[in-house]
Amino acid sequence: MTTPVEHERTQVDPAGEEVRTEDRPWQTLVWNDPVNLMSYVTYVFQKLFGYSRDHATKLMLDVHHKGRAIVSSGTKDKVEADVAKLHAAGLWATMQRSS
Amino acid sequence: MKKWTRTGDLVLGRFDRQEAAVVRGLVSQIQDMLMARAEEAPQDELAELTGIRTGPSTPPDDPILGRLLPDFHRLDPDAPDPAEVDSANALRSLHEPELLDLKTGVAAVVLETCPPDGGEVRLALEQAEAWLSALNDVRLALGTALDVQEDMPDELPPDDPRSPHLGVYHWLTWVQETLVEAVMT
Repeated sequence: MTTPVEHERTQVDPAGEEVRTEDRPWQTLVWNDPVNLMSYVTYVFQKLFGYSRDHATKLMLDVHHKGRAIVSSGTKDKVEADVAKLHAAGLWATMQRSS
Repeated sequence: MKKWTRTGDLVLGRFDRQEAAVVRGLVSQIQDMLMARAEEAPQDELAELTGIRTGPSTPPDDPILGRLLPDFHRLDPDAPDPAEVDSANALRSLHEPELLDLKTGVAAVVLETCPPDGGEVRLALEQAEAWLSALNDVRLALGTALDVQEDMPDELPPDDPRSPHLGVYHWLTWVQETLVEAVMT
C-alpha cells in the first residue's frame, strides 16, 4: 500500500512504558461485496480521496482480490469522516485502530 | 435506453416510459424506507435546542436497510467485542441522520430529473453524480433482496422466483456502468 500513514506519536504513559492507544492512527477499510461495480468503486476512490486513476484502480483491485483494502488513515476524526463519505457512496467501509 | 453520453458538462440519457417507471418506482421505494428509518430517530428537546441530531444507536433489523446503513466497525457476528459494539452504536447515532439526508437527497434528484412518462434525461455533472449514488443504493437493495453473489448467472432457472427481478438488476447494473463511463469521460 502506498497510502500515506500519519506518523505514530509515541508517548510514554506516566504509569508505564505503553504507547497510549488513543494516539495510534486509525485506518479506513473497504470490504468486497458482490454488488458494487469495479468501475464505480474506482470512481468513488478518485472522487472522495483525490487519488490518481492508477492508485484508485490498485485499491479497488485489492478490495476485489483480497477481500478488503485500507483506503485511508489518520486521526479518528478524519477516518470517521472518510467512512461516513464511503457509506454515502454505498461502499461497505469500516474503521479500526491500526495494529 | 441507450448508453449515457457526455456533452461538455452535461450527461444525457433517454428512457422509454416503462424504464422510467422502473427507475422511479425503485428509487421511491428506497427513499420511503430511508424516510421511515429517519422517523425512528429519538426525539429529544436538547437536540432541538442545539441542532445536533442523533439517530438510532442500533442497526436496522431489515437486511436491506442494514446494507444501506452499515456499522462503522466490522463486528464479529458471533462474539462481538462489547467495546466495539458501543463505539459502533455511538458512531451510528452520530452519523446516521446526515447519511439518511444524503441518501434521500440523491433519490430526490432522480425523481426530479427522470420524466415520469420517459424521454430525455439531461443532467448537470453534480446531478449525474447523485444518480450514480441513487442507482447504487437501488442495486444494493435489490442485490440484498435477491441474494446476489459474485458469480451470479445472467439468468436464473425460470422456476426461480427471483428470475424476473434479476433482469431488472442486470439492467440497472448496465445503466450505472455506462453512467460511470460518461461521468469519468
